[in-house]
Formats: sequence, structure tokens, C-alpha cells
Amino acid sequence: MSIVEKEHIIDLVGVSKQYDGTEVLKEINLYIRKKEFITLLGPSGCGKTTTLRLIGGFETPSAGKILFNGVDVSDVPPYKRKVNTVFQRYALFTHLNVYENIAFGLRLQKLPKDEIDRRVNEMLSLVGLRGYAKRSSEALSGGQQQRVAIARALVNRPEVLLLDEPLGALDLKLRKEMQLELKNMQQQLGITFVYVTHDQEEALTMSDTIVVMNEGRIQQIGKPTDIYNEPENAFVADFIGDSNILQGEMVKDRLVFFDGRNFDCVDSDFGEDVPVDVVVRPEDIKIVEPKSGMLEGVVKSVIFKGVHYEMVIETAGFSYRVHSTSMHPAGAQVGLTILPDDIHIMMKGANA
Amino acid sequence: MSKFFKKAYLYLVLLFLYAPILTLIVYSFNANKTRASWGGFSLNWYMELFQDPEILNSLYITIACAVIAAILATILGTLAAIGMHSMDKLPKLIFTSISYLPMLTPEIVTGVSLMILFLAVKLELGFVTMVLSHVAFDIPYVIFAVLPKLKQMNNHAYEAALDLGATPTQALMKVIIPEILPGIFTGLLLSFTLSLDDFVISYFVGGPVQNLSVLIYSMARRGINPKINALSALMFVFIVILLLVVNRRASIVEQKQH
Amino acid sequence: MNRKWYAAPYGVWMVIFTVVPFLLIIYYSLTAGDGGFTLSNFQRFFDPVYIKVLGRSLGIAALCTVFCLLIGYPAALFMTDKKVDRRGMLILLFVIPMWMNFLLRTYAWLTLLESNGIVTKAVNAVITFFGGEEIRLLYNYNAVLMGMIYNFLPFMILPIHSVLTKIDRRVIEAAQDLGANPFTVFIKVILPLSVPGIVSGCVMVFMPAVTTFVISTLLGGGMKLFGDLIQQQMITTGDWNFGSALSMVMLILILISMFFMNKFDNGEGNIM
Repeated sequence: MSIVEKEHIIDLVGVSKQYDGTEVLKEINLYIRKKEFITLLGPSGCGKTTTLRLIGGFETPSAGKILFNGVDVSDVPPYKRKVNTVFQRYALFTHLNVYENIAFGLRLQKLPKDEIDRRVNEMLSLVGLRGYAKRSSEALSGGQQQRVAIARALVNRPEVLLLDEPLGALDLKLRKEMQLELKNMQQQLGITFVYVTHDQEEALTMSDTIVVMNEGRIQQIGKPTDIYNEPENAFVADFIGDSNILQGEMVKDRLVFFDGRNFDCVDSDFGEDVPVDVVVRPEDIKIVEPKSGMLEGVVKSVIFKGVHYEMVIETAGFSYRVHSTSMHPAGAQVGLTILPDDIHIMMKGANA
Repeated sequence: MSKFFKKAYLYLVLLFLYAPILTLIVYSFNANKTRASWGGFSLNWYMELFQDPEILNSLYITIACAVIAAILATILGTLAAIGMHSMDKLPKLIFTSISYLPMLTPEIVTGVSLMILFLAVKLELGFVTMVLSHVAFDIPYVIFAVLPKLKQMNNHAYEAALDLGATPTQALMKVIIPEILPGIFTGLLLSFTLSLDDFVISYFVGGPVQNLSVLIYSMARRGINPKINALSALMFVFIVILLLVVNRRASIVEQKQH
Repeated sequence: MNRKWYAAPYGVWMVIFTVVPFLLIIYYSLTAGDGGFTLSNFQRFFDPVYIKVLGRSLGIAALCTVFCLLIGYPAALFMTDKKVDRRGMLILLFVIPMWMNFLLRTYAWLTLLESNGIVTKAVNAVITFFGGEEIRLLYNYNAVLMGMIYNFLPFMILPIHSVLTKIDRRVIEAAQDLGANPFTVFIKVILPLSVPGIVSGCVMVFMPAVTTFVISTLLGGGMKLFGDLIQQQMITTGDWNFGSALSMVMLILILISMFFMNKFDNGEGNIM
């Protein structure tokens, strides 16, 4: 990784969090580098928002500690931390107009009037809301409110910006635009972004590093390409792209048995006759003429997805989800081929 | 059913609701004391009304009591609502249930129980006990006017303020209070009018001190008194103006939001 | 500091002014004048004299509720036909009398029904025209009932109206689309959907009607209702023990009726 040498700005060391006896975070160890765009990704209830709130100071860890530039801040209240947050559903102050929302933090710092004015206007142009200063925050569209929320946080020049599913309430098109904008902003300003989302596509597009979480544990940390291509376990594989996950058995090194036959693969060191999870991505299954592939199947359903068709193809032992640019009608007999490179073998229950 | 019929029915019901009050108002201008005959237009009863020390005194008591009670109840109730909002489930349930109690309890029972309380601790019934009682029955209305506003408020608004560098106290003053201000205002207004109008509880806890409602009650028991007519007319006008102002304010706020 | 402590002053207040008075009532209702435990206060209540008063109170309150419903429901329904801006004005017109001092509203009927009052005069003019004897309208059962209906009618109209306006117009259109005529639409769709409003309207009328002592004192001419009993025991007789027992009975009565009405209500009819 290219940014490994950069120094850490935040360290989570053995952090756990309990609410009323239930453990929502289980010994999280995580470091965040300066100027990194890091995404906490996982389904709802996985602990990603709790992790963000711990960093923001809205919660204190039940065990472990949180370091900022090497200093323990576990018990420092949020108003004394040099981080700012963009909240889910924005949390704008409805009794204040756009200008006053953005100026809120600066006024608390008792900065001179002209500096506040300058910095607020700077922010308004950064987020493309010049001319909206006097508008009531409630009179804005979702996308505009989002921009105000970002400006309100960034105007304080935080070292770290925390974003809690900031695009969740926007429609698809706007979300895509904002993803690009946020990424540009982050690179322009050189601020560390910690981003929480359950949308794997969003995570893959924007992040330098992705932290996949499930049930209070970190499942995998890595660059988007690593997470996508080399999922460490079945959960990650399934969550990142709708993979086909099959029960299989490692026959020996580089040979795996599933769906009624042996397949060549590239994995080794699992031992012999060991039960494993086999992960195959929908786009890695090739559809060929009947009788000419490794498996025989029948197309059960076809959905047009814009760029490709998504088909469910049933073989003797499994229903595969297959993506292909060529269409095969429901009921068609087809052959399926999977290359050794595209078969990912995982230990059963690893990390789960 | 024809439009005409519906319209006529509504006007009939409104006539039923307004005719008695309007009759009172008309008779307040009658020069004669009996209602048997119309003795010509006169402002006589209004003059007498403003020269009657008993009525003026209870008017003063009514307003003083309503203002003091409404302010105290609004402060206590708002703080209570903010506190209750951040409570755990069980204490919150206890607080809400006990707060509901005075709203469900018949006024007469509340009045009786408060009277027993004051007499049991040897507190002489009078203005102070009246104010205390009014605060007691006002607070729940403030709480239940403010609580929904707190729930409505984006839960992260308070955290956002902390995040932007506000201390908890600053966040309370600069974010929470302004955001729930409409609820506080509703609570204040509700308290004020409830106090202004209260009869049953004041009757039991006021002792010799009479607010307007209690005075009207004792006067009405003695029979018809044209001064009450004049008083009704004035109060009616006051209420109509008050409601029109509040209504206007509400519709302006609504328009702003759309 | 945790914000929940903001409720502390109220917590203390609540104990002193809600919990303790409540316990005091229970205490007095269960003790005799000398402080010893007794159930005699409740036993005394079962004297036919008092049971009769209770019966009369429940009866007149129920009758008042029925009349308010019969008069109020059509009014609430017809109001929904109006355009929204005019409807606001109408609602205001129904609210204004509610805010008029309760005592004055009752006093108004006193002046209308007294022997020189215009209602009495008008009624008697008609009666004597047909050769009947003049009658007295004040100080009887009907006068009290009239005063109650007049005072509490808006409390029936507003909750029903607020529920009716919330009914999705498309539901009504769907019913029409499925072949229902206006009458069927009303019976099968509008009426069932407005039940929560009817229930809260009934609660809001029945509750004050069953507990009032003002209307009966001013318009009833010595007619005693349950509220009068309590008032009499606490103020005139000074028998706190029996007065407390009566208060307990009233409270229990109210809580039971609230409980049953709550079963039908989902809170939609609240006008507050």
C-alpha cells in the first residue's frame, strides 16, 4: 500500500462497547492514517456507527482506549475534540438560517466578525451554496441540507471529518454526484475522512481503505481492490457483491470439490478433505454452449440490469447468480465454466 | 343531502353555542336591571363593574395568579421535559405516568386532595396555596406540550452542537431551547388560560381568596347580577382577540414552513 | 452533568403535589375521625341515598353524552365539506365558546331560563297561546341537562372532526368506485373510521359531566349530583373521611371508564 508510511492520526486499541449488557463492539483494533479516506462498511447493527460515535466522543468505550495523535482521548467530551461530524439526516439547527448554521462553531470560538464572515462565505462557495446564506435551513432540498451539514462541519477546519451515512437520504443520481464531490473535497482539503455506510458500492468508489464490520467485529481491512478481489471470509465476499457461496470440500492443494465435481483452483494449505466455503462472483461465471462447460444448468429467471443481465441458473446442486452481457431466455439449457482464478476458497466460519 | 341543509344545520349549532353569550352581551348594555324590559342603551353596568372593589380585587388575583403560575409551571415543566427526555425507560415511565395522573383525575378530586394537603401541613388557604395548586395542575400540560417537540427534534442536533464546540450548557441554551420554543410557548399559553379559567381547584384551595370564577359562582348563586353580564362581554372580547392572535401566529408559522 | 437531573425539581414537586395528596385521600378514606383504620366510609356510600345520587349522576352524564353525540356528529361531518381555509374559521368558531369562562357559560343559561329570561318567555308565550299553563324552566333536571350539553358540545365536535379530516379521501373514493352509494359509504367506511374520534369525544364529554357540581348548583335548584356530594362533605360538613372515600369512588369510576374507552381509542382523536 502506498500510504502505509504515513503516520497514524487515530488509533483504536482493544475498544469494546456495551449497552445494557449487550456487547455491540468487541475488541476493535484499528488505526487511521493522516489524510486517508477510510470507510466503515457493514450491515445495520454491525457496530460501524458506534465506532464513529466513539471517535466523535458521543460515547465512551467500555474497555480499551482511543488515541488522537498518540494521546488518549477516551474520556474527552466531543466539544473538546478536533473532529467534526456530518450527521445522519444532517441534524441542522432548524431555528437558524443557513449562514448561522455554518457560523455556529465559529461563533462559539468567539472569532472576530469579519473572520467568521469570510470563512462562512468561503464554505458557501466550496459547497456551491452561494446566495443561500439567508435561507431557512428547512426550506432547502435534501441535497442542499447535506451541503450545509458538510460546510458546518468543515468550517471549523477539523483534522478529521466523521460522516455518518451522509448520503443515505438522497436519491440515487444525487448520491452519485455527491460521492464524487466529497472525494474531491477530501483530496482538496487534505483532511482525514472517516465515512460510515452500508452501501458497498459507495465504499468501493470513494475509499482509500475499507473496514468491513459485522456483529461488532472487524472482518477485514484493506484497499477496495483487495476487499473485492481477496475477501477473507464468506461474510465479506457476500457483503461485497452478491457472491455465490457454496459448501465445498478441499480435496487437496489446488483442487476443490463442489456442486458434484472437482474444480481446479489456486488455493492451497487448507489440508485434505477439509470442508470449506467456496465463493464465486456472478460476473466470473462464463455461460457457454450446453455440454461444452463444466456444469449444466437451466436459466430460471432473467433481469435486465442496464449494463448486464442478471440470471439465476440452476444446476444439479445449486442456483447460481450469473452476470453476463449476453441474454439467455428463461428455460434455456446452458453450460457454465469457472476458471481456477475465480474460485475463492475460505475457511468455514473464519472470523464469523 | 343538500348543501343548504348542511349549512343550515351548522349555523343552527353555532347559533345554539353563541346565542346565550350574545344575549348576555346585549343585556349588559340594558339600562334596566331586570331583563323583563329593555330600558335603553347604557354603559351603566360597565361603570359599576369598574367601581366594584370585590370584582376588581378578584380580577387582580386571577391575573396575578395566572401569570405567576404559568411562568413557574413553564420553567419547571420545561426543565422536567428536558430531563425526562434523556431518562432511561423505567424512570421515564414513572415520571410520565405520575404526570398523567392530574390530567386524568377529575378536577374536584385534585382540588379536594390539595386542600387536604395544605390543611394537613397547616398552611393557611389563600393566594399562595392557590398559586401552588395552579402550578401543580399546569405543569403536566407544559410537559406534554414540550416533550413532543423534543422527540421531533433531530436527536443529533444536540450532539451536533457539542461536536461544533458547544459545552452541554451552551448546547442547551443555543440549540435545544430555541428548537423547542414553540412547545414552551404553547405550554405557557395553555397554563395561563387554564389558570385564568380555573374554578373547581381554586374553589377548594383558595379559602377566603376568590378568583373571578369563584366570585362569579358565589354571585350567580345569589341570582342574576347585570355586572356579570358586563364582565362576560369584556371576557368574550378578550378571548376572541387572544384566539385570533394565536391563530394568526400559528398560520404565519405554518406558512413559513411551507 | 447528565441532563436527566433537570427533572429533579419537578420530581420533588411531583411527590409533594401529586403523590402525597393522592396518598392523603387514600389515608382519609380508610380511617375514621379518630385515625383508626376502617372501611365504614365506603360502607356508608352504599346507603341508598348516595347510590341514588351516583345513579342520577351517571344517568345525566350518559344522557348528555348521547345528546352531544347526536348533535355533534352531523356538525363535525358537515364541517369536513368546507374548503380548508374556511374550515379553519369554522373550527375557530367552535373553539371560542370552549375558551369562554365555564362559569359565565353556565350563568348565561341561568339568565335565559329564569322566569324573566327570553327563552322562558318565548316558550311560555307559545304554551299560553295554545291554552296551556306557564311552566318554569329553571331549577330542574332538564335545566341541568341543557347546561351540560351547552357546555360540553364543542368537546364532542372537535375530536370527531379532527379524525374525520384525517380519513384518506382515496378510501372514500375507493368505496364509491366499488359501487357504494353515499349512504353506504357513510355506514361502511366513514362511521367505522371515525370511531376513535367518537370515543375521545365521549370521554371528553362524559368525564366533566359526571364530576361537575357547578351546573347542578347553579341550574338544578337543590338537585344533587355526585360532585355536589363531595363538595358538601368537604366544605359544608367538613367530613374529610367520607369526602375522601367519595373522591376515591369517583376516581375509580373515572379510571374504569377511561380504561374501557381506551380500548377503542388509538389516540387519533386527541385535539390537544
